[in-house]
Amino acid sequence: MTQMAAKETPMGYGSMKRKEDARFVRGRGNYIDDVQLPGMLHGAVLRSPHAHARILSIDTSAAEAHPKVRAVITGQTLAGLNLAWMPTLSMDTQAVLATDKVRFQGQEVAFVVAEDRYAARDALELIEVDYEPLPAVIDARRALDPDAPVIRDDKEGLTSNHIFDWESGDRAKTDEVFANAEVVVSQDMLYPRVHPAPLETCGAVADVDKVTGKVTIWCNTQAPHAHRTLYALVAGLPEHKIRIMAPDIGGGFGNKVGIYPGYVCAVVGSILTGKPVKWVEDRSENLMSTSFARDYHMRGEIAATRDGKILGLRVKVLADHGAFNSTAQPTKFPAGFFHIFTGSYDLSAAHCEVSGVYTNKAPGGVAYACSFRVTEAVYLVERMVDVLAYELNADPAELRMKNLLRPEQFPYTCPTGWEYDSGDYPRALQLALDMVGYGELRAEQAAKRERGELMGLGVSFFTEAVGAGPRRTMDILGLGMADGAELRVHPTGKAVLRLSCMSQGQGHQTTFAQIVAEELGISPDDIEVVQGDTDQTPFGLGTYGSRSTPVSGGATAVVARKVRERARIVAGAMLEVAPEDLEWEKGRFYVKGDPDQGKTIAEIALAAHGPLELPEGVEGHLDATCVYNPPNLTYPFGAYICVVDVDPGTGQVKVRRFVAVDDCGPRINPMIVEGQVHGGLADGVGMALMELMAFDEEGNHLGASFMDYLLPTAMECPNWELGETVTPSPHHPIGAKGVGESATVGSPAAVVNAVLDALRPYGVRHADMPLTPAAVWRAIQGRPLRTDLAIT
Amino acid sequence: MQITVTVNGQEYTREVEPRLLLVHFLRDHLGLTGTHWGCDTSNCGVCVVHLDGVPVKSCTVLAVMADGRAVATVEGLEKDGELDPVQQGFTECHGLQCGFCTPGMMMTARALLDANPSPTEPEIREAISGQLCRCTGYQNIVRAIQYAAEHETTSTEVPA
Repeated sequence: MTQMAAKETPMGYGSMKRKEDARFVRGRGNYIDDVQLPGMLHGAVLRSPHAHARILSIDTSAAEAHPKVRAVITGQTLAGLNLAWMPTLSMDTQAVLATDKVRFQGQEVAFVVAEDRYAARDALELIEVDYEPLPAVIDARRALDPDAPVIRDDKEGLTSNHIFDWESGDRAKTDEVFANAEVVVSQDMLYPRVHPAPLETCGAVADVDKVTGKVTIWCNTQAPHAHRTLYALVAGLPEHKIRIMAPDIGGGFGNKVGIYPGYVCAVVGSILTGKPVKWVEDRSENLMSTSFARDYHMRGEIAATRDGKILGLRVKVLADHGAFNSTAQPTKFPAGFFHIFTGSYDLSAAHCEVSGVYTNKAPGGVAYACSFRVTEAVYLVERMVDVLAYELNADPAELRMKNLLRPEQFPYTCPTGWEYDSGDYPRALQLALDMVGYGELRAEQAAKRERGELMGLGVSFFTEAVGAGPRRTMDILGLGMADGAELRVHPTGKAVLRLSCMSQGQGHQTTFAQIVAEELGISPDDIEVVQGDTDQTPFGLGTYGSRSTPVSGGATAVVARKVRERARIVAGAMLEVAPEDLEWEKGRFYVKGDPDQGKTIAEIALAAHGPLELPEGVEGHLDATCVYNPPNLTYPFGAYICVVDVDPGTGQVKVRRFVAVDDCGPRINPMIVEGQVHGGLADGVGMALMELMAFDEEGNHLGASFMDYLLPTAMECPNWELGETVTPSPHHPIGAKGVGESATVGSPAAVVNAVLDALRPYGVRHADMPLTPAAVWRAIQGRPLRTDLAIT
Repeated sequence: MQITVTVNGQEYTREVEPRLLLVHFLRDHLGLTGTHWGCDTSNCGVCVVHLDGVPVKSCTVLAVMADGRAVATVEGLEKDGELDPVQQGFTECHGLQCGFCTPGMMMTARALLDANPSPTEPEIREAISGQLCRCTGYQNIVRAIQYAAEHETTSTEVPA
């Protein structure tokens, strides 16, 4: 059941039903694999069976002789076009098709273009590749050993697998706090490698018109405009001749941000054959080669007084970036926003160091609704608070309440420099405690412990940092993270809004129409929202990091207000009064003191397109554009409490209840917000208990299908219990903060904390995710399982 | 080989390879792209259709196995311009976000309600437990199916 505990400042139109659903429930969505073009051919990728191997030779002659094959592309083909390597979003390079070595299992080696998808797959079997296997670096903790094989010997002068060292915070001050602290507790923990696994895999249809020079790429990308510019930079194609068309997207979660080798190969395939080429990966390809998430080996230290006042945090991270550093994040932030790891607490000092290393695994790392690694940061701090509670024998909820930032501290600058815009943290935690009935549950737990039954309560409090971001500090490969928006009101008062962001299921068609509706008083049903087509929409960096509402939502409100101000001038001319003598009520301007004298937005729109004499310097029509450069990130927050029962005989964890109080500012469409929270909570249950991409010593991927990479089903998920508080962002035009990733960020720690709370009678302080029955059983036995490697 | 399959009441005769999967027959040969493909291993369920009234994962059924049989897909749910109660439920209860799992979920829900018009919540959860959704956390899907059960208007036949 959903409990709406505190309905505050609801916006107009509220929980209206989604405009998208009419086509989706009829099976009439248009996803990437639904795109059919005349004469279209099909591509398939040959992938490496080895994690690390030298390519001695590739023989494509048998594949080329296949009657249905139109082209076979290898790294050598691409090298001739200067396309064998492409730049990554983190200033590294990535092989499009391997020329020298393969560096992870599943890496792209060759590309076949054939008349149908079955023939393309058949032809892959006809390609013979001679490999010389090399020792692989699988354990990130061995990557910097002096005898570790160097993975990136393509990079001149590189003699190790080291990518970067990065730090944040005040080291000296933090060391001093720790030196003088009454209590210091340290804990190693792994946030394992997981995968966003949207149910629709990644794909593209490339159509290169040799006559016009136009390159049209249908692609289920979360960032169409960034893709267009990157193709221009990578391939040297003129940007005005590139059109990216994102169709309906079957889930993204960060998996569909980057440019994958298959997309580039589809473009090359279209150039070579003169036909459109479709490439859609299968599930194993998706899990093995496209952007994974996390893989952070963390050592946290927390300093406190004996009575539980937290003083400082110190963190060292070893980050496994795989074979190519292609994390998708603002370029100046090599560890994403991990340095918001002080979380929701009032600390004196904090410091973190992050070192990135190459391993023989797939590239990626920033994905799966992680808000640029706020996920890892929240998990770290929320586990550390529970570890401290364990050592102090304190109640984890009370310990949090004691240390949470207080409302009067906002805007608050944390020890690593983030300026939190607004918050009332104790109120959210108290609401969650009240909703779950914390005291009663603790009593139940005590009674059960006496009977040998295992029950646990896990608390997590998170502060998110979303809406990247201010262009002064945040860019991706030099592209500032501001978003454009264009709004045009037609003569009959209907409107079209053009956005740079791209929905993957978030419901933009509905919520962005609602923003305009609220500002202009036009029904949301009368507003068309256009997104995904770079020829039709203004520039902007796309939808990820929960940035659509904070950035494009800001742009939408601002552009609607610009239109409203134009409408004021037109209405003034219509009513023959000065514009400043008009009052606005939703959908209508009227003369101050004479409410009967007014014009609706539809009447104004028609007049703006008609013969009406407008004041000097005022153009006709009713439209506007804007580029919204957010002044700061927004900081949604929330308090989550998970209740689990653990079977001491099998180690099986059952999530009995989950209470989630979210504060994302005013909710444009509460129904959609709640739906997004539900989905993120399921992600958290999945990561905490089930999901894992493990590898064996040779680098074989042990989670390469949904038979091995386990996702939560309806059986593992409880009925979510939601609550809300509303603390508007002071700098966002409508006060909204974004919510898409909050639950994924906040929930894993709640589930893990609950399981470890249940295991307290066994003296287990920590165990790594995923807490499978085997992992819980081993923890009970005092022999914790290393979850990420099949090496015991 | 030649097969004849009745899909949503319409008969189709096509020449197909023996290895062709039913999901590709529906999507690529008949243009019925409402049925999706998601995993290859019959874990995700976005490809669920009815074969003679029984829900099957069409990524693990060969098209030739459907020869002479009746297939129902999401495109056939709407009757005479009237959405099926299941479709209404998913719309009313926000049972979908990206929409990719939705056709398979709705076909399973339809089969469940055909066999059991008043399922309990555990029965609903078990019925969809062979299917994945990455967006909704399942709660609103369960509500959508409950809504459909409460709004069934036509008498339904238990499949043979």
